[in-house]
Amino acid sequence: MAIFLKNVSKCFKEHEALEPTTLTIEDGKTTVLIGPSGCGKSTLLRLIVGLISPTEGQIFFDDKEVNNHHIHDLRKKIGYVIQDGGLFPHLNVRDNVSLFARFLGYPSHFIEERITFLCALVKLPSTILNSYPLKISGGERQRVSIIRALMLDPEYIFLDEPLAALDPIIRFELQKQLKQIFSYLQKTVILVTHDMREAAFLGNEIILMCQGKIIQKGSFQDLTQSPTEPFVTDFIQAQQYASELA
Amino acid sequence: MIKYIFVLHFFIFNLLCAEGTLIIGSKRFTESYILGEIIKEVAENTGEANIVFKPGLGNTGIIFAALQDGAIDLYPEYTGTIAQEFLKLPLDHKVDLETLNSKLHPLGIGADILFGFNNNYALAMHEDQARKLNIHRISDLILYPDLTLGFSPEFLKRADGWEELKKAYHLPQTDITSIDHSLGYEALKSKQIDLLDIYSTDPKIEKYNLVMLEDDLNFFPVYDAILLYRLDVPQKFPKTWKALQSLAGSVSNDDMIIMNVKAELVGENFKRIAHHFLSKSLNSFPKEVPFWEHLKELGLWNLIAQHLFLVFGSLIPAILVGIPLGILATLSFSARHFILNFVGVIHTIPSLAFFAVLIPLLHKIGVVPALIALFFYALYPIVRNTYTGLSDIQKPLRESAIVLGLPLLSRLKLVEIPLASRTILAGIKTAAVMNVGMATIAALIGAGGLGELIVTGLALNNNELLLYGAIPACLLAILVQLGFDLLDYWLVPKGLK
Repeated sequence: MAIFLKNVSKCFKEHEALEPTTLTIEDGKTTVLIGPSGCGKSTLLRLIVGLISPTEGQIFFDDKEVNNHHIHDLRKKIGYVIQDGGLFPHLNVRDNVSLFARFLGYPSHFIEERITFLCALVKLPSTILNSYPLKISGGERQRVSIIRALMLDPEYIFLDEPLAALDPIIRFELQKQLKQIFSYLQKTVILVTHDMREAAFLGNEIILMCQGKIIQKGSFQDLTQSPTEPFVTDFIQAQQYASELA
Repeated sequence: MIKYIFVLHFFIFNLLCAEGTLIIGSKRFTESYILGEIIKEVAENTGEANIVFKPGLGNTGIIFAALQDGAIDLYPEYTGTIAQEFLKLPLDHKVDLETLNSKLHPLGIGADILFGFNNNYALAMHEDQARKLNIHRISDLILYPDLTLGFSPEFLKRADGWEELKKAYHLPQTDITSIDHSLGYEALKSKQIDLLDIYSTDPKIEKYNLVMLEDDLNFFPVYDAILLYRLDVPQKFPKTWKALQSLAGSVSNDDMIIMNVKAELVGENFKRIAHHFLSKSLNSFPKEVPFWEHLKELGLWNLIAQHLFLVFGSLIPAILVGIPLGILATLSFSARHFILNFVGVIHTIPSLAFFAVLIPLLHKIGVVPALIALFFYALYPIVRNTYTGLSDIQKPLRESAIVLGLPLLSRLKLVEIPLASRTILAGIKTAAVMNVGMATIAALIGAGGLGELIVTGLALNNNELLLYGAIPACLLAILVQLGFDLLDYWLVPKGLK
């Protein structure tokens, strides 16, 4: 039992972004949060990462409740990737990926070795290390962001729509790479997306959400073959139809 | 370099207000500058005290407060001003020295040494118009209710000023303009006003073809020039005091008019006029002085050094305080409103009013209140830009830094401040350039700097002198701007350009 949410809800002023939710995210698997815009999937991930705190309920990592005291320790075990990468524009690629390791005082030879290893893992040429984020392509930025997330070999990897802003060819390329990386590393991964094909391709477990509620949790096959609600089928079909049109 | 160290030393020396220092003040018009220089030379010749001269101090209220608080030790004043303005004696009160002193002594102040001339208030108009309308006396004005009157702000407010004059003479005019004294003559010449308040030793009477209207009801009190001093001065500096006493009765009305003409119409500097007066060679007129000599005489380099000291002496503390305040405003919702409103409100206080408040609070004039006021003025752009720069950082970047695991201070240091650096620097730049301008006003409270030339030029109606101060101030502002552009180049991270 890796990550456990107990009756977690989140209200923004009047609006309930997440209804009381109890959920277990299993170790070593890739869990995908999916649903239409405003369904609460990003809210759920931001609650787990600790960027917002729940209105009610508790969140546990390995049976330890998340609170302000050990959130900093917990963050060392988390790698986080967002849309557009969230790279700091004032630092070059090397400084971006090594910022936290240097802050923690890791020796520079360790950092250099780790960067070399991760560049190879995400297939990024090391010549890019001295460039600034605004001078490299969107695909390269996401790869750099993944290196930054993996820098301290975290136990958990959280990705919030990491590929949404990329063009289709690069996106497909990176999806394949992410699948390899996830299966190679065997980490606990949570990925937020609105793309059902991406979810089916990358996720061991898919959580389909709508209007602040979890509609169904299971493998892609579970969702297609035994949908709990008509919405599940509608959502999958709508996406298929869209991709056929495209 | 040595010069700058000397100037710095001068400032520190001033701050400490050393024992054995006699501080002489003067008001902000020609006659007062000249009398100040005369007093200074006489006092210096005794060699008894360290003499500091603070010329051109604010207005009557500021300089009297400075004297009361011991920020200056003595300055030339007029009996009428003392009676009406400071002691609020009724207008018909007989003003003799004994009466004045009996009221001044409880304040720790004395009046002594009548210089020998008087400088009464008077109303004046253009000769041609006076002749045309057949106006010779103030009471003749009753017949012309449509005249536009231009009075100095001081004359409008004084107890022996316009309001009482109007009552005494039953004057009907309602079109009153408030205009700085030194600008009034030009306004009269260009017929924007018909009448203005002048002094009876005013050299411009001749230059602008003015006629003084006879005060036929003897309304204006007598303004005999006199020395106003702190009561401890004669005991502390007996030799100096004795020397100053020799000035009693030594300056006639004609002497004073000649000296005023020399300053305002010939453009000779006050120090030299004072020296010529004391060495009984008032009738020698000056030779042409070469340009560079002239700059040296004005002490331009010292003034620039003082100016820079004012600008950066206030800017650096404002940076050290302003950036943390801006950060605090970003972090705490409740602190934000207080901080931003506080620095904003301070920014709207007119500078002269701010100085006037600081002087009685600090019991000081000169550099200290000037630095404090400039500090507060510089605070606003720095705090505001720090706050804007930090709060404009994109949310994903801020959150990336949080999730990365950086604690608050490291996050600020490594991510947020570098990202906001451009905006923060722009705020500092604004504050610096603004302070170059604002520091010119500090001359009104004796803080020195280029404003001294501007203030003196304005008082003298001497555009040349004014430009000697204004042009370097503009150039300084441009240089400061360029300097900060360079700093921008060095400090703003490469990735942000």
